[in-house]
Amino acid sequence: MSLQGSGTRPQDITGTTAAPEENGAAQLPADLQDERLIAGHGISGAVGAFTARLRSGDLGSVPVVVGLVIIWAVFQIANSSFLSSRNLVNLTLQTTSVGVIALGIVLVLLLGEIDLSVGSVSGVAAAVVGVTFVNKGWPIVASLVAAVALGVLIGLFYGLLYTRFGVPSFVITLAGLLGFLGLQLLVLGKDGTINLPYDSALVGFATRSFLSPAMAYALVALVVVAYALSRWQGRTARAAAGLSAAPNSVIAIKAAGLAIVLLIPIAVLNGDRGVSSMFLLFLALVVVTDLAVRRTRWGRSVFAVGGNVEAARRAGINVRMIYLTVFAACTTFAAVGGILAAARLVAVGQASGGTDVNLNAIASAVIGGTSLFGGRGSAYSALLGALVITSISNGLALLSLDSNVRYIVTAGVLLIAVTIDSLSRRSRQAHGRA
Amino acid sequence: MTVTPTPLDVGAGTVLTLQGVSKRFGAVQALKNIELDVRAGEVLALVGDNGAGKSTLVKTIAGVYTADDGSMVFDGRPVRVGSPAEAQQLGIATVFQDLALCDNLDVVANLYLGRELRKNGALDEVEMERSSWELLRQLSAKIPSVRIPVASLSGGQRQTVAIARSLLGRPKVVMLDEPTAALGVAQTAEVLNLVERLRERGLAVILISHNMADVMAVADRVAVLRLGRNNGVFVVSETRTQDIIAAITGATDNAVSERAARRSREEGPAS
Repeated sequence: MSLQGSGTRPQDITGTTAAPEENGAAQLPADLQDERLIAGHGISGAVGAFTARLRSGDLGSVPVVVGLVIIWAVFQIANSSFLSSRNLVNLTLQTTSVGVIALGIVLVLLLGEIDLSVGSVSGVAAAVVGVTFVNKGWPIVASLVAAVALGVLIGLFYGLLYTRFGVPSFVITLAGLLGFLGLQLLVLGKDGTINLPYDSALVGFATRSFLSPAMAYALVALVVVAYALSRWQGRTARAAAGLSAAPNSVIAIKAAGLAIVLLIPIAVLNGDRGVSSMFLLFLALVVVTDLAVRRTRWGRSVFAVGGNVEAARRAGINVRMIYLTVFAACTTFAAVGGILAAARLVAVGQASGGTDVNLNAIASAVIGGTSLFGGRGSAYSALLGALVITSISNGLALLSLDSNVRYIVTAGVLLIAVTIDSLSRRSRQAHGRA
Repeated sequence: MTVTPTPLDVGAGTVLTLQGVSKRFGAVQALKNIELDVRAGEVLALVGDNGAGKSTLVKTIAGVYTADDGSMVFDGRPVRVGSPAEAQQLGIATVFQDLALCDNLDVVANLYLGRELRKNGALDEVEMERSSWELLRQLSAKIPSVRIPVASLSGGQRQTVAIARSLLGRPKVVMLDEPTAALGVAQTAEVLNLVERLRERGLAVILISHNMADVMAVADRVAVLRLGRNNGVFVVSETRTQDIIAAITGATDNAVSERAARRSREEGPAS
């Protein structure tokens, strides 16, 4: 091949079949013109792309959804009240606090870092609310603001230690685990346990506030319409830019699927008390976090830092700011989760945020499909993972099995999840999707 | 033989001129009195043995290091480059050997990393994808899809993405550090074609390479560094590869050549 002569390349590639190839290329969207690209069209194309993605090891949230179905089936067989409306409403209430904390863990895992102190931070935030609201008589809003602000400050402190001194996050947050447990005990003082007033707005929100069936269904309609509209808008924008766009039929099927996925659980939940406001808050946080990591410059930077810090730095990303904001977001979610847990249990004690909270939150994020290796994951893994973890403890409690079994089962599920993560990572590398 | 630096041709079209640039690391004089000029629409190869100071020079131009001495004229104005970001803002883009790509992100995300296009606060994926295709087509780059993670691309394709990314900042000078190292025959040719396309776009390209075949194939001029000093600038069309290699290795002032020179002097008067 002549290296000096340039501009001869198109003829080189197409050779004798230049004319028909060029005609074909002119009609194809700009992103589908490469002859090596395997691209399907319409509905079958979308299904084919999905199965190809799975085969290559890009599993996304498929393993956790399959796992959840299996877990629910097993518990339903063991105890027919597991999938009852009443128990599922309880499940949503139990899921919320661990899920909110797991949301923060997802963010730090995206950076390839870890926060081991979320349990202690949630406990200290709950203690702050208990002491200031109940003992000192602050207005509830002031108590909540103080507790959440403490969460933000703790994360900024971690971020500062990490970015200024390069201390590994593992060690920083291990110290935080101990230190903030101590602070929690210090704040609580010798009383040990503080009961929150049952008629307070906070407790009411966490235990007695449910959407009316009509509101729940209206919300579903709103969400489905918004989803379909944004998809359709994206489609028209892509078509206008000369790029391939999903056909309307695929969008319609996806919107219908979303409607079914939302309507069935809501119908079941409405058989009892309905959709809890607290659970709705959690779902809203998941959606907002998902949009923040996928659709904003900040989120793109988080993925970049998690994938290759040096590349991110050279691309002009303020890496330090990313670490600071992510650590702060994580501890803020932990504080919010701790407050919600305390509100649901109507008490703050020395055991708040203790033992399981930490590991359940981290396990939720990992089980949900967020990679421990950084740069890969989704906000929805907090929701799915928390549902798995909570289903296990809920189901075993229904079977009157002790926490010893719960620990062992949870450990098994966590190991399976991490193994799937490692295996799919290997498969992705083999298929060039790492 | 051109052992002394050729006189600087600071005429029209010169984009970047270095004068007397020196850089010390402790007791090591990494660069001494380097003179260099690059013109628009020209590929200048920077060659030299290991430790000759090529990388130091590139990093000095790119703002990674600051020169101890000497001056730099960019686009007719004397400039001081304090950081890589400043160099980029001036219009000096550098593609380092490690490419600095994020394997977990797709081609579009990598191209626009750190300068994402936005619409109403959210990422404008459609516009980024469209202009990614436009840019890659202009470079005749063979990337099958811009929505696959960079990890799945071949070495040449990754190099292409890295070079294409450097072009998004509309630079006037592009420095490529060993772009063909570790590439196969076809991929090397692809990258060299790309270098030629950069030249056609009127960019000044500084190409660092150890591969003389690549240099002779694509460069207009070759600047040789030896032990941190200029050791000649050659016009490729008028030079043989051996002469450049001699300048790189310093074969002109080693024991063999000195002896040959002495003999020819002694024989000169005798004959």
